Amino acid sequence: METSLLLIQLINGLQLGILLFLLSAGLTLTFGIMDFVNLAHGSLYMLGAFICASLTKITGSFVIAALLALPLTALCGLIIELVVVRQLYSRNHLDHVLATFGLILCLDTLAEMVWGPAGIAIPLPAILNGQVEILSGVVVPTFRLLIIAVGLLAAAGLYIVVNHTKLGMLIRAGASNRTMVSALGVDIKTLFTGVFAMGAALAGLAGLLVAPIAEASIGMGNEIIITTFVVIIIGGIGSMKGAFIAALLIGLIDTLGRSYLDDIFKLVMSAEAAETAAPAVSAMLIYLMMAVILAIRPQGLFPAASR
Amino acid sequence: MSDPITPTKTSTRTRAPAFWINTLLLILLATIPPLLFITGQPFWLDVFTRLVILAIAATALNLILGYGGLVSFGHAAYLGLGAYAVGIPTYHALYGGMDAIASFNGFLHLGLAITISALFALITGAISLRTRGVNFIMITMAFGQMIFYAIVALENYGGDDGLTIDVRSEFPLISLDNPLTLYTVSYVSLLLVLFTVYRITRSRFGLALQGSRSNEERLRSLGVDCYRYQLVAFIISGALCGYAGFLLGNFTTFISPEMMDWTRSGELMFMVILGGAAFLVGPVFGAAVFILLEQLLREFTIHWHLPFGILLILSVLFFKGGLASAIDRIRVNARQRPDGSQQ
Repeated sequence: METSLLLIQLINGLQLGILLFLLSAGLTLTFGIMDFVNLAHGSLYMLGAFICASLTKITGSFVIAALLALPLTALCGLIIELVVVRQLYSRNHLDHVLATFGLILCLDTLAEMVWGPAGIAIPLPAILNGQVEILSGVVVPTFRLLIIAVGLLAAAGLYIVVNHTKLGMLIRAGASNRTMVSALGVDIKTLFTGVFAMGAALAGLAGLLVAPIAEASIGMGNEIIITTFVVIIIGGIGSMKGAFIAALLIGLIDTLGRSYLDDIFKLVMSAEAAETAAPAVSAMLIYLMMAVILAIRPQGLFPAASR
Repeated sequence: MSDPITPTKTSTRTRAPAFWINTLLLILLATIPPLLFITGQPFWLDVFTRLVILAIAATALNLILGYGGLVSFGHAAYLGLGAYAVGIPTYHALYGGMDAIASFNGFLHLGLAITISALFALITGAISLRTRGVNFIMITMAFGQMIFYAIVALENYGGDDGLTIDVRSEFPLISLDNPLTLYTVSYVSLLLVLFTVYRITRSRFGLALQGSRSNEERLRSLGVDCYRYQLVAFIISGALCGYAGFLLGNFTTFISPEMMDWTRSGELMFMVILGGAAFLVGPVFGAAVFILLEQLLREFTIHWHLPFGILLILSVLFFKGGLASAIDRIRVNARQRPDGSQQ
């Protein structure tokens, strides 16, 4: 009984970690390669969720909607890159932060104008909406397992693209020496646009995966983007491996902290005090962990070699 | 470690606008709002009170962002801490519990606001100042959000729904319940904070701080411990911002975690940059433009965030150095046009 609950929470934590990885992968790509800080990454996550919600309503199928929403979110990323982001590469990070902050205001308001202020739920097809018994007594929603599977597939795909394709070679080369790549005749502008769109698609994927559980809502990106930042700070900015490990770590710690911290506190303090303190501390847990890790290793766990 | 942030290179070059322009702004802020109030426009006095309080917070942020070159993205947390330093003691004075702090005494609130903010700045600053550039931006942001979530989780004090301050901080002789008094207090506070920051930037301490912005390595080789200077500046900035939060709590009388959301920190940063970083009165210009523009756009549409966001993006793309350098450019143009020399 106790262990089955723990297992379920572990799966929930893993699922959160996977979502965080999808988000931080996009940020890592844009930061590692273009040296660009994108606060509006969370807005692309939100757009993915809303686009998928609308398409589910139109097509009647979540799966078709999800498959269509991915390229559409990438298209949104493409447009954003061409209109705003492209002008900013030569600027400093402060300008990136300020401009993409303005972008968040625009995108959130546009989403509110199109989809309205209330959240939109996405109904799942029956086949995904059920539950599976993975062990005796451990029942998990099918969809959560699907999220984990899709996320791991995306992570594997990303690994293959970055490490074993020509595109990936260009991406890695661009990350270590942008000027050289461009001098060798590679159209670095197009490469950057492509990478940005790819990051947008990954954010969109995270958004549309989370929408059936939590519904698509305005500002959903602004909450998770900070957690994503914590992930990439802990992992070491610009490091894909660091992002993956830190994402899973944060996902697990956050989920387990929220469900078990009051029990742990009850061992050392009165039940009443534990009931009050546990929610506050569990809400701060990942930040406290970040503080501890940074105090020991200011550059993060796996700092990218080139920086 | 190479610092990816070229520490506001554009803004270090900006010359502050003429003395009389700054003075004019401060005189206008001293006269117009009370006049509006007396002529039966209390709404506008409210707008200006908010403006002045946020100008204090932005001035505090300017100390480290503008002069120190440290892009802190978590300063709204101090506004929140300051406001809750009013809200929580008042709550306990009304409903019992926590006898040690349960009080309406304004000095206690003020002391708490400044102490807690300084303490929070000490702890988070000590950790985040070990990093630079993007890391620093994101870490300050994360610490700010940590306080946000901590307050959300404190359900005793309303959590997400916020907390109403039923009784304002009590001081001898003056009553903050009078809007005009509250405005005067805020305005005088702004002058005091401006003066404090002015004195700091002219001191040896301030010079070391500004030196660490331009070239940290050179300063270190001169034997200056940049980290300590930056940390002290970070603490002062946090404490001053907490003071602004104390005023904000007394002004709004309704406080919620929303006021320390990271987007609020972004707004504070914008005020500093819009006005022109590392220019004393810049944040006041920035806050004025920010708040008045917001008010203006609200009149037209409920979706005012959209034009506002577009303006913000445009200002980053085409308005380098903020208002300070724009005013300066106009001045230079006006002076040089007659003989047709360069821009």
